Amino acid sequence: MSVPHALLALLSEGPTFGLRLRQEFEARTGEVWPLNVGQVYTTLQRLERDGLVESDEEGADGSQKRYRITAAGATELATWLHTPPDTALPPRDELIIKVLVSLRLPGVDLHEVLQVHRRHFVEAMQHCTQIKARATDDDLELALVADAELFRLDAVVRWLDAADSRLKRRPVRKPDEVAVSSPRSARKATVWG
Amino acid sequence: MTGVIELRGVSKVYGSGAAEVHALRDIDLTVGTGELVAVMGPSGSGKSTLLTIAGSLEDPSDGEVLIDGLLLSAMSRNDRARLRRRSIGYVFQDFNLLAGLTAAENVTLPLELDGIGSKAARVLGLQALVALGLDGHADRFPDELSGGERQRVAIARALVGDRHVLLADEPTGALDSANGEAVMRLLRSAAEGGVAGIIVTHDAQLASWADRVVFLRDGRIVDQTARPASAESLLVPGPSS
Ligand SMILES: Nc1ncnc2c1ncn2[C@@H]1O[C@H](COP(=O)(O)OP(=O)(O)O)[C@@H](O)[C@H]1O
Ligand SMILES: [Mg+2]
Repeated sequence: MSVPHALLALLSEGPTFGLRLRQEFEARTGEVWPLNVGQVYTTLQRLERDGLVESDEEGADGSQKRYRITAAGATELATWLHTPPDTALPPRDELIIKVLVSLRLPGVDLHEVLQVHRRHFVEAMQHCTQIKARATDDDLELALVADAELFRLDAVVRWLDAADSRLKRRPVRKPDEVAVSSPRSARKATVWG
Repeated sequence: MTGVIELRGVSKVYGSGAAEVHALRDIDLTVGTGELVAVMGPSGSGKSTLLTIAGSLEDPSDGEVLIDGLLLSAMSRNDRARLRRRSIGYVFQDFNLLAGLTAAENVTLPLELDGIGSKAARVLGLQALVALGLDGHADRFPDELSGGERQRVAIARALVGDRHVLLADEPTGALDSANGEAVMRLLRSAAEGGVAGIIVTHDAQLASWADRVVFLRDGRIVDQTARPASAESLLVPGPSS
């Protein structure tokens, strides 16, 4: 999972404070991936060092810094959204985060994001199927490994399909209706417990 | 690439007024000899419509279909019917074998409809059945065959004689994964034997047997895979990494 990119995604909706980012991140990702405050600030520092975000000077009265995304940060975010992860690793967590955080991003065509990934995974499946098709009858191991890969990749494609059809049916919501404080712990326990 | 199946700017509208459905919009698709193309898309995206139009079972509202370089719209009804009987094989999920005919009779039916004598037809039919590993099953009725065997008979019927256009709609339907894979291996080897094929499916595992996968959404082609480079090892990342 990519915390830096998820924070960039949230910042692309407008400047905000570090603590607020943490709240938003957890709310948007179904509270499945808890983030501690320290993690948020080190990540923001690194993003700032790399020129992907910038911040106000700390208020004289000790008030919090506000962070905003830079043009370079926006470019980095767009690249991440459209770049499939390495299919050699279980990619789902990052993919789910990517979709969750981009649900309400203005100017992002989610169907397109989903399709970039669908194509990538289907191409990876074609690759495995080619190998399986050529495996000789006595090469059981190769066929089994290819099957395992195919089922894993197929599961991702099915999730993308399901996400696509949910998105098509979703009610239109305005960006300011994000429910930051809705209690989700109960749901978390049943789905991920 | 020589196009055996070619759709140019094909659109299909069903109904009119408020009930108008744009099942296909401006589809361009060319399938060459020896090529197997999968069309993937969610339910209602226009997959079956694309297949029936490519197979001359329905006319497009707009655009042109060419088979073997010939415009369907310029052909007489008779010529089109002959083309369907001689050149095009169809495999569908449900509409498959006639229960009252044996496997061999089902396979030779299109040949006999085309006026080929029953002896010659039987020879060709048995060849097609043998090619699909169904020797010994020729005289069984559909209800004496397993699901996988029935679907293989349907493929034999689609390929019998010198049919070189194969159109399949969810061809592995309710089959389990081993039988589904067997069916896909047969379609793959048919393509390698010089057939141009389109399979439509919502199933990525099936689609992954194709040379190229075309993605349909709301009646439009929105994307397609690159032709895969030859794959040597599972450890090498996929083609587009
Ligand atoms: N004969 C028909 N009359 C009216 N609408 C149709 C007809 N056939 C298909 N449709 C509509 O066209 C669209 C595409 O259908 P279809 O090609 O069957 O999609 P798919 O095979 O991808 O599920 C759907 O909205 C369907 O309801
Ligand atoms: Mg259909």
